[in-house]
Amino acid sequence: MKQIKLDSIQSLFKALSATRTLYLPVDTPAGADFKKYEDGVLWSGALNPNRSAKDFFFPQTENMVDFKVEGKTIEIIEPTRPDEDFVVFGVRACDARSFELLDKVFLCDPVDTYYQNRREHGVIVTVCCNKPAETCFCTNFGIDPTAPGGDVACWQDDDTLYLQANTKAGEALLNSVADVLAEADDSAADSVKETVKAIMAKLPIQNLDLSAFTEDNLLNLFGSEQWKKLSEACLGCGTCTFVCPTCQCYDIKDFDTGHGIKRFRCWDSCMYSEFTRCAHGNPRLSQVERFRQRFMHKLVYFPANNNGDFSCVGCGRCLAKCPISMNIVKVIKALGGANK
Amino acid sequence: MSVQETLIPKLGVVTDVRIDTPDVKTFRVNALDGGKVFDHMPGQCAMLSIPGVGEAMFSITSSPTNTEFMEFSIKKCGCLTNWLHQMEEGQQITIRGPYGNGFPVETEFKGKDMVFVAGGIGLAPLRSVINYVRDNRQNYGTVDIVYGSRSMEDLVDYKEIIDVWCKEEGINVYLTIDREQEGWDGHVGFVPNYVKELGFDTNKTVIICGPPIMIKFTLAGLIELGFDKTQVYTTMELKMKCGVGKCGRCNIGAKYVCKDGPVFRCDQLDEMPNEY
Ligand SMILES: Cc1cc2nc3c(=O)[nH]c(=O)nc-3n(C[C@H](O)[C@H](O)[C@H](O)COP(=O)(O)OP(=O)(O)OC[C@H]3O[C@@H](n4cnc5c(N)ncnc54)[C@H](O)[C@@H]3O)c2cc1C
Ligand code: SF4
Ligand code: SF4
Ligand code: FES
Repeated sequence: MKQIKLDSIQSLFKALSATRTLYLPVDTPAGADFKKYEDGVLWSGALNPNRSAKDFFFPQTENMVDFKVEGKTIEIIEPTRPDEDFVVFGVRACDARSFELLDKVFLCDPVDTYYQNRREHGVIVTVCCNKPAETCFCTNFGIDPTAPGGDVACWQDDDTLYLQANTKAGEALLNSVADVLAEADDSAADSVKETVKAIMAKLPIQNLDLSAFTEDNLLNLFGSEQWKKLSEACLGCGTCTFVCPTCQCYDIKDFDTGHGIKRFRCWDSCMYSEFTRCAHGNPRLSQVERFRQRFMHKLVYFPANNNGDFSCVGCGRCLAKCPISMNIVKVIKALGGANK
Repeated sequence: MSVQETLIPKLGVVTDVRIDTPDVKTFRVNALDGGKVFDHMPGQCAMLSIPGVGEAMFSITSSPTNTEFMEFSIKKCGCLTNWLHQMEEGQQITIRGPYGNGFPVETEFKGKDMVFVAGGIGLAPLRSVINYVRDNRQNYGTVDIVYGSRSMEDLVDYKEIIDVWCKEEGINVYLTIDREQEGWDGHVGFVPNYVKELGFDTNKTVIICGPPIMIKFTLAGLIELGFDKTQVYTTMELKMKCGVGKCGRCNIGAKYVCKDGPVFRCDQLDEMPNEY
């Protein structure tokens, strides 16, 4: 394990950003967000940025291919892929886990090479949460915030940051900044872990009953009477899907730049009425069906296709951001016990 | 195959346009240097696009046994399809695929007596299987084709049906239109009722393609006749964008129609939520 004093953390950021681009959570008037590091930029003390870290691998909009159209002929121009090496510092355990879930979607056959390319260029440095919030419930999904994962994991006490490489890429990263790091005992972060574990144990959403969410129960849950009531006030604004680190639906669109056609993909939301509208109609006519889709996907459909892994990491963003205070925890509580 | 190859399309060129009905045209598509853009199995689909207009999924209606070109029967119903209908020979389009599971022509269908039931543009995916079966005749039993449309003019591929299928030994073709019409001396009535009237032998394997409502009633009729859902296949149609199970758009429950479908056996549909 390595360490660095917090009062010289800028020297770590400088060293990390010397050879690659460094992104880290920075305070803005609207809350924390991941920003590019430049001299003097301060690391936010916030628990989690507004937006998840999925942007780094699955950006909100991404160019896929360009076309030139002339008369009856078309030319296809393959885009150059970004080849910038980067580090994302300060990712929490929940967001780090979300990458594993996104991997299951984008890296299964046929591999999404846009995502894969970004994954290969990024190194993830996680930091253990010191003050988990009341909206945090990652532990329900088997996530241990005191073992936050990523290529390098960090823990922070009052005056020191401890760093531990988890992967080869992480080791290489730490070696590249060895000058600014000092050795630390492997047990140096143990007391931080204990403190955080004790805080987690007292948080309100720790023992959700997820046992009803099984593939066998799919049709029962789908047919539940609860959806109507749960979705009643939903505005269909899509906020919950945009802030969610594991939501991965996208649209493909063309844009005429005046010099040619750009085909790009952008995040989309199953909460929107147009999402499934097609030539013969729309299978999800009201917000009840759209709302149900979002939660059935996270709690039943995704696990059915991915060895039981839920597609929620308990980051709490949808709890904090939904304008009508609806969220996945309320859904789990309403359906979890009722349909067993 | 990687998505780099699947999400980035290839080029094709329209080499023939056939007017089938007032709102359906069949387009022949070749690779720019001739031949096919890619191979496929019956029931698989492709994403066709005109850059700047849009991209949409269409069944490859030609059989894989056709080694010279691919064909698409396209119904005019919106932005992209209107544009496609204005195409002339020589127009280039982009194409990616093939997508979907296709019909189990080399496994479950082998040696079976087949009944094909289609309504309207639903003939498009079936035509691929029918011609595949015709070209591999020794592998399959009898062939019955029930095909219906609103009117005489709305029957897709009428010429091929009359000139080729109807004349072939071992193939029985039953055409029907919804309402009486001058110049039509064939059957009049809806497809589901006609299937019940014809009352097929319950050993046969049935494939139904058409509007959801037609599929539903035909299936109900077949069950009444004594068919089991495991003998009946159909195709599903939902909004699609990626074609590879990643954009999250075309799911019915835990299944993605673009990847796990579009072909489903009707007993599989029972295990899926009724959201299509
Ligand atoms: C697996 C699969 C196979 C298919 N095979 C075939 C095939 O072989 N042949 C075929 O013809 N089709 C096929 N389709 C259907 C085909 O994909 C659609 O017809 C096509 O997407 C229509 O695209 P469009 O841009 O022309 O229509 P769009 O412009 O997207 O319009 C679609 C429908 O929505 C309506 N609409 C448009 N804009 C609005 C709006 N703002 N508000 C409300 N309604 C609106 C239109 O009137 C139209 O009815 C298949 C689909 C799938 C999923
Ligand atoms: S569903 Fe809500 S709590 Fe779960 S990962 Fe998404 S935003 Fe976070
Ligand atoms: S659940 Fe809340 S955040 Fe999500 S779409 Fe509905 S109103 Fe918006
Ligand atoms: S079309 Fe994207 S998931 Fe099926």
